[in-house]
Amino acid sequence: MKILAIDSSSLTATVAILEDDRLTAEYTVTNKKTHSQTLVPMLEEIRKMAGLELDKTDAIAVTSGPGSFTGLRIGSATAKGIGLALDKPIIAVPTLEVLAMNAWGTDMIVCPIMDARREQVYTGIYRFKDGRLETLTKGCAIAVTGLCAMLEETDGDKVLFLGDGVPVYRELIDKLLKKDHCYAPAHMSRQRAGSLAVLAGMYYEEESAAGISAKDGGHIESAADHRPEYLRKSQAERERSRRESLQNEEPE
Amino acid sequence: MEDKAITILAIESSCDETAAAVVKDGRLVMSNIISSQIDIHTLYGGVVPEIASRKHIERINRVIEQALKEAGVTLHDIDAIAVTYGPGLVGALLVGVAEAKAISFATGIPLIGVHHIEGHICAAYIEHEDLKPPFISLVVSGGHTHLVRVRDHGEYEILGRTRDDAAGEAFDKVARAIGLGYPGGPKIDRVAKEGNAGAIEFPRPKLRPLAGDQNSPGSGYDFSFSGLKSAVLNYLNSEKMAGRDIVVADVAASFQKAVTDVLTEHAMNAVKEFDCDVLSLAGGVASNSALRASVKEACDAAGVKLYCPSPVFCTDNAAMIGVAGYYEYIKGNFADLSLNAVPDLKLGQR
Repeated sequence: MKILAIDSSSLTATVAILEDDRLTAEYTVTNKKTHSQTLVPMLEEIRKMAGLELDKTDAIAVTSGPGSFTGLRIGSATAKGIGLALDKPIIAVPTLEVLAMNAWGTDMIVCPIMDARREQVYTGIYRFKDGRLETLTKGCAIAVTGLCAMLEETDGDKVLFLGDGVPVYRELIDKLLKKDHCYAPAHMSRQRAGSLAVLAGMYYEEESAAGISAKDGGHIESAADHRPEYLRKSQAERERSRRESLQNEEPE
Repeated sequence: MEDKAITILAIESSCDETAAAVVKDGRLVMSNIISSQIDIHTLYGGVVPEIASRKHIERINRVIEQALKEAGVTLHDIDAIAVTYGPGLVGALLVGVAEAKAISFATGIPLIGVHHIEGHICAAYIEHEDLKPPFISLVVSGGHTHLVRVRDHGEYEILGRTRDDAAGEAFDKVARAIGLGYPGGPKIDRVAKEGNAGAIEFPRPKLRPLAGDQNSPGSGYDFSFSGLKSAVLNYLNSEKMAGRDIVVADVAASFQKAVTDVLTEHAMNAVKEFDCDVLSLAGGVASNSALRASVKEACDAAGVKLYCPSPVFCTDNAAMIGVAGYYEYIKGNFADLSLNAVPDLKLGQR
């Protein structure tokens, strides 16, 4: 099994190659948001370094979202273009699961937080059970106050926070959250295509053996079908539905 | 040995059309697929960039696959991938650029970045085998109004451009004001046929050359449509205040006449100044029947040969990108995998 993994959902651009149980290449840069220029050259670099024959790739893994809208689309269009050219499927893995995977094996509750602006975070609540990532709360966009309330109610003694929302909301979390908690160190705090590739590889083996596709709630889909999951509507759509609901509330 | 034909896969996603085409030797359009998002943007009265970008990513693979299928080719037959990398909406451009680069990366097919306006100008070559530079091109669309002197393939001199609204933008704004809705161009064109173009005298703005503007030195070819738009709005307002009924068809026809008069005059002045007997139209507004008629009449009177692409090649499409890409291919102007979207890309800039 060979998987090419791509993520550009945040300030980080990261690509990796997984060959069976070997992560043969991983290239991660968190510098400037110039993914449109750097992402494909990074892929070309690891392809050469790892000596990957692209047509022997089984699938392209990409973070499905949430994240920066433009960043998600750069990753998505890159994966779709490669999928189209090679006639290979896409394995779409939620960004928050990919972040949580960085902390594989911990006993703590894992809570990735991504800065979603507008005083919200994209977040989910996860833990590891028998080496498997379990989703306790699916990805959503909520305020940190709401997240902290949810975490107080969640089973588990200690919470591990990671993601680019940490530097933004750390102080607020320390003030609000009574439950014991800590923050991941730098090597596991941002998206890593290695984590994406490993999760995608697990999903690919299980789901392709069982014949499960994205339509059945799985992760494998055609390159043509793949699209990001933004977890948030565009501003124009939000304003339009607000206008409509205001109109509907007016008495006849 | 016979020269091998050059087959180009072209991708365009600069605004609200997701498009792909296969073009052979810069002339023969083997397929030209356009997936328009107009229905969605009509709900918002104009193109919403974020929605446009989301729709592009949903549709792009199917559009490319259909273009290849209709042309009866596979990626193995493609000599280069040409993609629009500017100007346009950055989020929209990025989808096409990332997709094209990924296909190039995965197949090794060379990549070519194409200027959107250059594509529009090149659209005229598709149906007119005899058209060759030098000529003057009037490029008018929802986002652009350019008067361009085409010296040679890939060699352009911008004589004039709009200093505020694009011509198509003025059509959209006026159409909204008189209750016709979006998109304004085709709607005004249709309604104006029932109206009197001489009913209302709207201004034809004359512009002095801007001091120190390197892009249009000493030219009086620039356009301005926001004053005309304001004049229409003022007229509507004063008629309303006076309690008079507004004849929508007359407003549409008179406004349209003012726009086409200015466009025609500037184009004919350029033809004369540069002693050029060939003029071409390009861009979505080049489908406007009044503009076509007005320019045709002026060209006939002046003995100038006029080239107008069919409407399908006037609107945003990828066939025109394939044509422009062909001339870049001939020159060996290839892009590498770091090609970026450039929303404010200037014509002739690389």
